[in-house]
Amino acid sequence: MTLLAPTRAGHPPPAPPAARSGRRRLLPYLLLLPGAAWLLIFFGVPLVQLAAASLYDPSGSLSTGYAMTWAVSNYPDVLQAYWPQFLRSFGYAGLALVLALLLGYPLAYAIAQKAGRWKNLLLVCVVAPMFTSFLVRTLAWKTILSDNGALVGLLRDVHLLAPDGRLLATPFAVVLGLTYNFLPFLVLPLYASLERLDPRLLEAATDLYASPVQAFRRVTLPLSMPGLVAGTLLFFIPASGDYINAELLGTPNEYMIGNVIDSAFLVRLDYPQGAALSFLLMAAILAVVFGYLRRAGTEEVL
Amino acid sequence: MARETPAGDLRLADLTKRFGVFTAVDDLSLTIEQGSFFALLGASGCGKTTTLRMIAGLEEPTSGQVLLGDTDIARLRPYKRPVNTVFQSYALFPHLDIFENVAFGLRRRGIRSVDDEVARMLSLVQLDGYGSRRPAQLSGGQQQRVALARALINRPQVLLLDEPLGALDLKLRRQMQIELKRIQTEVGITFVHVTHDQEEAMTMADTVAVMNAGRIEQLGAPADIYEFPATAFVANFLGQSNLLAGEATGASGGDVALTAHGTRFSVPAGRSRADHGPVHLGVRPEKLILVGSADQVPAGHQHVTGVVTDASYVGVSTQYLLRTGWGTELSVFAANSGTSTPVAVGSEAVAYWDPRHAFLLPRDAADTDRTSPVLDEPVGASS
Repeated sequence: MTLLAPTRAGHPPPAPPAARSGRRRLLPYLLLLPGAAWLLIFFGVPLVQLAAASLYDPSGSLSTGYAMTWAVSNYPDVLQAYWPQFLRSFGYAGLALVLALLLGYPLAYAIAQKAGRWKNLLLVCVVAPMFTSFLVRTLAWKTILSDNGALVGLLRDVHLLAPDGRLLATPFAVVLGLTYNFLPFLVLPLYASLERLDPRLLEAATDLYASPVQAFRRVTLPLSMPGLVAGTLLFFIPASGDYINAELLGTPNEYMIGNVIDSAFLVRLDYPQGAALSFLLMAAILAVVFGYLRRAGTEEVL
Repeated sequence: MARETPAGDLRLADLTKRFGVFTAVDDLSLTIEQGSFFALLGASGCGKTTTLRMIAGLEEPTSGQVLLGDTDIARLRPYKRPVNTVFQSYALFPHLDIFENVAFGLRRRGIRSVDDEVARMLSLVQLDGYGSRRPAQLSGGQQQRVALARALINRPQVLLLDEPLGALDLKLRRQMQIELKRIQTEVGITFVHVTHDQEEAMTMADTVAVMNAGRIEQLGAPADIYEFPATAFVANFLGQSNLLAGEATGASGGDVALTAHGTRFSVPAGRSRADHGPVHLGVRPEKLILVGSADQVPAGHQHVTGVVTDASYVGVSTQYLLRTGWGTELSVFAANSGTSTPVAVGSEAVAYWDPRHAFLLPRDAADTDRTSPVLDEPVGASS
């Protein structure tokens, strides 16, 4: 992530006069205060609350009340019950990420390096769908992919789909929805990285016997790594926790871990289970992210 | 792969590049001998960089050929040409250390053991021990040398240098000029150097081509071009010249006679590029000698009279402006060798010269006297 960061920290500022040094030293913390307070109240406290809930006695209920029994067994229990949904979450999110990279990298590259005066317009086009709600966009896909829709009709006519084949309520639809909904999160950081890429470096690479493929692999790709890492994380994390796409475009057979958590909290009212699932999801995502960052961060980009 | 093509001279044949209606390089033909240090000199926008980019393959010619030996490489992709470039911006890869920057070309050609070669190159450019640093940790001059090593390590048949010293300060630039020339002599590769700095071109190159508006105005050894420029543009781009508008009346007895501003002058026929019609009589400022009155002019010399309007002491010389009777200000450089007495501003003076130091150029009928140098980049940017 720090590939392009300056290699040396700036010189420390000269020592301020003693009278003002105290205030100056406090200033950064004062600036941090609102954000830190926000995080503490709306993230830290609920997190502890959730951690506690995940250890409640699983036999309790909302009406009878929960007892804190340090029921660590909640974790293996939910994992055993819902591991297929876990796997599916990461499978779908990973598949969607691959699709998004295939779509998004060329798109970001074209906007950053080749679009010229159309650059801003194209960027607006990438962001514009975000002006409508996530739900509305996903519902729109439901219409597009519906059994009576033009797309399915066309695919049936050209025999790419069986006469009774469908797109909606299949894994394909869910992955497509994930790809579509989170694509801008991948494209924007990538664009920012590729926009800074000096085209003269590519000229230098071709001058030094690099074919276009080699120039991409040795120059473009390593120099876009910061954006690529940020973009894949911003894509993968929300995509693997998502439940709207599976709910609207899939069936219970396509349900992801988000759907299970959703139903545990809001339908079955099984708080210990929902909390344990949430923590497992968080741990799994953190593990994936750290593993990924370790590789992407220290890998000699050669 | 690249080294197998037959060695030989670099030849540009009728090379033309048009961007829309603008012709950047106009039917350019020239031959650059193998192993020579060739400079393309010209003001910004004269087409010199475009020419270089066409040789490198970064720009495709509209028409014409780029011949290396007998092979036309004009349509080869840049990575298939035995040509390397030192870019104006250096274009070092910021994500690679110096070692990998220098090794880049070798690695791309699938050469596995690069250590010795890279070490040799780094020591050639006097950067031993810098291999593990990043480009951003190096000074401008060091980066420039990395760019040079990165290109040279491939042993190209032709090395292209695109204003490689433009970003360096004056002292470093002088140092690098000498350095570059030393390296060129050592490796014996053809260097094609693009610059707008006439001093740089003259210092380094065996052959200089002065470009203007997409064409070559004059090509030759620096001294030949300087002493006997082919056009008024060259006379004032390479150094400075006093060009007086006159009418030549024909050659007689080895001299060409002319009348300028009512006075008769003559120039040896061997130093005349025209012998009748409108001409420019040219004399370099340092070839003019300033004296107090006409009777101090030695026999066989020619002179003009005027008033000294300005004197600038610049150390090695004093630069005078002499306003002639018809209003043109001539430049006169007097070396501060201690043998001449300073001339006071405001006094009458006579500038004389040996006709063998003058030269005669054809002139557009509408053209008048030209005495100021062609200024290109902002003065501070060039030397």
